[in-house]
Amino acid sequence: MTTAPPTPAPPQTADRGIPWMRVLLWAAIAFTVIFSLAPVLWQVLTSFKTNAAITSDAVVYFPGLDQLTFDHYLDLFRRNQFYIYMFNSALVAIVSTVLCLALGSPAAYALARLRIPGEQVILASVLIVTLFPYILLFLGLLEVVRALGLANNYLALIIPYTAINLPLTILVMRSFFQQLPRDLEDSARVDGYNTVQMLWRIVLPMTLPALVTTGILAFIFAWNEYLFALTFMTREGMKTIPVAAAQLGVTTLFEVPYGSLAAATVVGTLPLVLLVLFFQRRIVQGLTSGSVKG
Amino acid sequence: MAKLELQNLTKSYSRDIVPVKQLNLEVEDNEFLTLVGPSGCGKSTILRLIAGLDQPTEGRVMIGDRDVSRLAPGDRNIAMVFQSYALYPHMTVRDNVASGLKMHHLPAGDIQKRVQEVSEVLGLDPLLDRKPAKLSGGQRQRVALARALVRNPDVFLLDEPLSNLDALLREQVRADLKQIFADQKSPIVYVTHDQTEAMTLSTKVAVLNNGYLQQLGHPHDIYKTPANRFVASFIGSPQMNLIPLSRAGNNVALGDFNIPLPIGVQAASVVLGIRPEHLRLPRDGNAHTVSGPVFLVENLGMHDLVSLRVQGDPNLTLRALLPADAAWSKENLKLALPPEAIHWFDGETGQRLTA
Repeated sequence: MTTAPPTPAPPQTADRGIPWMRVLLWAAIAFTVIFSLAPVLWQVLTSFKTNAAITSDAVVYFPGLDQLTFDHYLDLFRRNQFYIYMFNSALVAIVSTVLCLALGSPAAYALARLRIPGEQVILASVLIVTLFPYILLFLGLLEVVRALGLANNYLALIIPYTAINLPLTILVMRSFFQQLPRDLEDSARVDGYNTVQMLWRIVLPMTLPALVTTGILAFIFAWNEYLFALTFMTREGMKTIPVAAAQLGVTTLFEVPYGSLAAATVVGTLPLVLLVLFFQRRIVQGLTSGSVKG
Repeated sequence: MAKLELQNLTKSYSRDIVPVKQLNLEVEDNEFLTLVGPSGCGKSTILRLIAGLDQPTEGRVMIGDRDVSRLAPGDRNIAMVFQSYALYPHMTVRDNVASGLKMHHLPAGDIQKRVQEVSEVLGLDPLLDRKPAKLSGGQRQRVALARALVRNPDVFLLDEPLSNLDALLREQVRADLKQIFADQKSPIVYVTHDQTEAMTLSTKVAVLNNGYLQQLGHPHDIYKTPANRFVASFIGSPQMNLIPLSRAGNNVALGDFNIPLPIGVQAASVVLGIRPEHLRLPRDGNAHTVSGPVFLVENLGMHDLVSLRVQGDPNLTLRALLPADAAWSKENLKLALPPEAIHWFDGETGQRLTA
């Protein structure tokens, strides 16, 4: 302690002038955030402005208290019964996501762990399905829906959404299962777990992050999908949010109801934002929790 | 408590890939059997066959009087420690240790008691409520051990449990392992490629190569009388000097030096084996001597590992372990080969020639 030479003071760069690198970094961050969030912010702002403020010649960036209103939102739910569309969207998206994971994960596990003859062929065909342009499938599906009489039935959306998301789910989950150490499953079998117990209590908990990630992707697709929803659902009570929101714009001939449109967009996007924010922490947690060996 | 017996065990994946061939082994209570061999010799496959994680193509696995060959791993009452430890990452240490007992439907009180006992032995008490991710490598290793010990199984299987630890910790855990398993009655099968572990831990060592059992015996016997050339080269560090020689009458020529063959050796070509630690500086006695220039000295601390070219044949090299404080000449080192320390192997079959 007594013999330790005095350590030289670290160079005080902060006193030498402006730390340009930091300034530049934060400027870049600010620019990126503003650039990507500005349209969203504008939409949110519009949804809260009175019609007069929206259409005034001078653009209102910072509306005063008298220019703010909840009317657009109240309208959505009172006049346009938006909760029906939200329910439809949620039902279709949740059911198709759950189906997708429930069908895709076992398939992915089998592809990852069993030595299936023709495994490469199966994988290739799964991949090829994803290459089909969406619009090509659409016309065929229309015929199928008509033939089966599925129009205005939730199944008309649930089945195609599940099918379209399945390849992605299978491929993502398969590569995740391949990373899982095999020893864990062997260890579970030595401990006396049977196959179902092992999958349910050992493999599934470790798979949660991947399930959440693919689930979110599938959910977002199903929630946002427009074309199928527009065509297969013609009855008012069966429509989903994207279709309903688009309809707002064409109901009146002489003016575009910007306020209602903006409010509909916000209402339609909010669940997704909340979902991702909520699960993102889970995903990160899951990925960093560390697994087997040191 | 039961005897583990492998009868005629064979595993083949295809006609050419046969990792285990016609293996017969017995492990009694209180025995610690180590399967040792280079990678790909089939030792891990044997362990997986005993555990029931793989099915044998032929042959039987017996535990006590039960034929368990067709039973699921969970019904064999075995415990296994994996190389990667294979702790369940989403469970606490306590749940990890207890999981095997829970699956066998033990009463909760018993489970808690046994977990408590084992965690005291292994010093896991302060860690019981942590998740594996919050543990160090050595701690995880102890949890993996605890998970096996708590089961009180008929057979313990350990698959290279020390290979993920750093060298210093490995030595310490090796000593701990020896003490812990000395108190266990059940047969233990331990797989390693590290011959030091095999020598220090076991009561019985099985040396494997290419799916065949090369030699089975007490570690001391395997070191002292290796059954063939492979065992001789695999066990012992630094490696035994193995020199193929052709005979001339009743002698073989080691460079310029003649060494008599033991009486009764018929083979046309032989391999002379001598461990570096048995080569010494000449003293009075009946040892054969060779000499030659030294071309490499490796300092191992207590000893110097000296490599020399035998005079008369520049391709012939010998390695000797000499005390670090010994004095010798680098230009022409004279070494003694005590006849009782020389191993003779058949040049063609590689089998041991003398008893």
